[in-house]
Amino acid sequence: MAEKYNRRAKIIGTDIEIDVTEKKDTIIESRDDDHGHDHHHKETFITKYIFSIDHKMISKQYLITGLIMGIVGIAMSLLFRLQLAWPEESFGIFDVLLGKWATDGVMDPNVYLALVTIHGTIMVFFVLTAGLSGTFSNLLIPLQIGARDMASGFLNMISYWLFFISSAIMIASLFVEAGPAAAGWTIYPPLSALPQAQPGSAAGMTLWLVSMAFFIASSLLAALNYIVTVLNLRTEGMTMTRLPLTVWAFLVTAIIGVVSFPVLLSAALLLIMDRSFGTSFFLSDIFIQGEVLHYQGGSPVLFEHLFWFLGHPEVYIVLLPALGIASEVIATNARKPIFGYRAMVGSILAIAFLSTIVWGHHMFVTGMNPFLGSVFTFTTLLIAIPSAVKAFNYITTIWKGNIQFNPAMLFAIGLVSTFITGGLTGIILGDSALDINLHDTYFVVAHFHLVMGISALYGLFAGVYHWYPRMFGRMMNKNLGYIHFWITAISAYGVFFPMHFIGMAGLPRRYYTNTNFPYFDDVANINVVITLFALLAGAAQLVFLYNFISSMFYGKKAEKNPWKSNTLEWTAPIKHIHGNWPGKIPHVFRWPYDYSKPGSKDDFIPQSVPLKKGERELQH
Amino acid sequence: MTLLLVLTSLILISIAVWQLTKILELSKPVDFDNQEIATDKDNDFQGKLMFLFLIFIYGLTIFSFFAYGDVILPESASVHGENYDSLLWFSFSVIFFVQTITQALLHYFAFKYRGNKKRKALFFADSNFLEGVWTIIPTIALAGMILYGLFTWVDIMTIEENEEALVVELYAQQFNWKVRYAGEDGVLGDANVRFLQDFGGKNLVGIDPTDRNGDDDIVVQELHLPVDREVVFRIRSQDVLHSAFMPHFRAQMNAVPGMITQFAFVPNATTDEMRLRPEIVEKVRKINKIRFDKSEDLLAQGEFPLDPYEFDFLLLCNKICGASHYNMQIKIIVETEEEFKNWMGDQLTFKEFVQ
Repeated sequence: MAEKYNRRAKIIGTDIEIDVTEKKDTIIESRDDDHGHDHHHKETFITKYIFSIDHKMISKQYLITGLIMGIVGIAMSLLFRLQLAWPEESFGIFDVLLGKWATDGVMDPNVYLALVTIHGTIMVFFVLTAGLSGTFSNLLIPLQIGARDMASGFLNMISYWLFFISSAIMIASLFVEAGPAAAGWTIYPPLSALPQAQPGSAAGMTLWLVSMAFFIASSLLAALNYIVTVLNLRTEGMTMTRLPLTVWAFLVTAIIGVVSFPVLLSAALLLIMDRSFGTSFFLSDIFIQGEVLHYQGGSPVLFEHLFWFLGHPEVYIVLLPALGIASEVIATNARKPIFGYRAMVGSILAIAFLSTIVWGHHMFVTGMNPFLGSVFTFTTLLIAIPSAVKAFNYITTIWKGNIQFNPAMLFAIGLVSTFITGGLTGIILGDSALDINLHDTYFVVAHFHLVMGISALYGLFAGVYHWYPRMFGRMMNKNLGYIHFWITAISAYGVFFPMHFIGMAGLPRRYYTNTNFPYFDDVANINVVITLFALLAGAAQLVFLYNFISSMFYGKKAEKNPWKSNTLEWTAPIKHIHGNWPGKIPHVFRWPYDYSKPGSKDDFIPQSVPLKKGERELQH
Repeated sequence: MTLLLVLTSLILISIAVWQLTKILELSKPVDFDNQEIATDKDNDFQGKLMFLFLIFIYGLTIFSFFAYGDVILPESASVHGENYDSLLWFSFSVIFFVQTITQALLHYFAFKYRGNKKRKALFFADSNFLEGVWTIIPTIALAGMILYGLFTWVDIMTIEENEEALVVELYAQQFNWKVRYAGEDGVLGDANVRFLQDFGGKNLVGIDPTDRNGDDDIVVQELHLPVDREVVFRIRSQDVLHSAFMPHFRAQMNAVPGMITQFAFVPNATTDEMRLRPEIVEKVRKINKIRFDKSEDLLAQGEFPLDPYEFDFLLLCNKICGASHYNMQIKIIVETEEEFKNWMGDQLTFKEFVQ
């Protein structure tokens, strides 16, 4: 083995090989140079900050848009948490923010449902899909694989702007006369199809669907771009098995997106047809508001199938990038190679494959054939195996490490913790028999918030703290980072751990209040505790926002490779330039996880450092 | 008032955080190397916090079980529910065991291997043995859980209609439930929303007037069930999705417009028997205490006090269905066969009702 790799290193060192690679570089550079000559001097504010085609700028645009949407989404959750803890109490803040929908400051039930719906939509799609995957795929794919930019900078720009339009429409929908969509983020028809059923299903739902259509177009363009870039633009020596796990995660996420998002688009289009053009894809035999409707022969269960065919992979679209980020951050900060690189890649692929054949576990009690329920139970519980492999590999990675507790590392460890806690309850919910009594209760809410909500948010935070120096050339304040993490970590468990008990008490989710009839009176005090923790968690995010914004201007200037990391993005100059590296693109000679390798002076060896004589690359 | 309290505490917290960071920054030595990168001191402190966090997780778990354990649903009141409960507690013990171990490993390692300048990490990149272990063990454990789960599932979902079974239709509409019994002949008449407006709106669940099987059907607003007899629910909805959720019986099935879904179970405790169970007595006592305290507040404000609570089984709506989703529930009364027959005898059949 050792000899083979040595030979390879030598081949790369020969003249012929260098000739070839240099030629390649010149081609790329000459393209970039032309580009530079045409535009570089004329770069205006608009081309640089608004309609930028540079992946680094686009990633910042995604991040900032995502954070703004995140503020809206989290603020909404705090509003309905107030209602849940102190039902039908009057709050000045409701009066201010909800206006006519909160007479005398008491939240209206329709608005409660609208807030829940838009909170879910914004957090899942706008923050954790676009904000997380959009930001870091854009920033890291070209920089970590050694490419000048995305395969198509122009498509990349279009994809961001479609996302922007989609966000703008979603926000605009909050202001329509009858209120925004309120049928739950899963928008099951007929509730979402009939304006007679609830006010939110009028113009609000139309805007929701239009916004999502733009969003899907945006994420498809982005995903195709990511896939092409990873497959075609890797630098010399960057074989697939030398890719950092972040890039693997982004690649697989993009593939899942391409497979499943079009199905959501079809569901949305069919729903638009049912709503506006009188078709009956999802509707049949309906009597509402004293009137029999003409719809015949459709089935809401069909919509559920189409929705969850995206909806479930979506969980992994949200989660895989976070896990990819965690892999990178944990290895770097533990100063240890990620344990079981191949198993990690294998489990990403296994999770991706399985994620497309488990959607029915959201539908055990929808009237779907119970036999199908058995099949979906089987496939669902299988996902626990690659997930367990990942969790144990993370734990083994920090075992006997030399852990540097930078804020990013805290969030990455926090991610593993919530991923385990939330993932384990998935074993309960994925079991069709047990789902009968837990389906749509707060147990589900607690489960998915921990496993995909909090975990993915931790991934987002870990990414921001870790790559902030790369994005903005400055460091974030670490002490504020520590405070942010600990308050968030404590309150996240404080919110979602007790919530399991409310679910096991049998309390259904999406109830405006649980005190309208006496049976659930005894969970009211748990609701108060949860809300207090939620407010605390919200306050902690202000610390983050302050840190994020002020560090941009007053943060300590970053050095080139502050975390002593191996991946290529840290070899590029701090000042952002078109094409990422001045001169040639660095070549890659080793996998990205040579931390604390015996025989090396430093505890890290960047990927661009050739193998020493007699040095053996791990079998990657 | 609460708002003021919340706002003040938020402001105070942010001031505290702001001051804390100020202090932290000012307390640093002048020549402090402030690179915003974790120092050995940071590693030491944060590593210890990781250990404390493990204690926090355990503490929260134990606290929650003690403080909130009593809100969990009482023992099942149906035959299959007992199997459900054993499966649930079996699964819980497995995940609880895994949770305890893995969180301990994660946080303890984070604490134990907190970094410093002198330490060097172990270069340990792969071990087929270890990975084999944690692929195979979860696979075996999951295979067991899948099999156990599937047997239970098939058992619950296979509906063998015997002659004795009581057929009941649950009819959902925004925002209440109606119940239709099949009457003497034991067969529900055909029904469709198109018949809802017949008889001046008295055809409450849209029974087809031409279907003779429907004549003796009985449509009521409350759900009575005889104990120890299989009940087969046929579930319909007239407008949007609803879900018939009967948590005490471990039973749930969606109501889908355009479709008839079904679920069956055998209730094995009457409402009266349930009310005597110690855990229910305790729950009712606790809820009544809460309601009594609330009533005192209400009385002080010159409003009516709350009624005292008595335990009843509930049929809840568990699929978002619009503004009053949170209040779409009716009582379920489980009684002896005799009481059930007597009650049924007092009800009007469909034919009698529409005439």
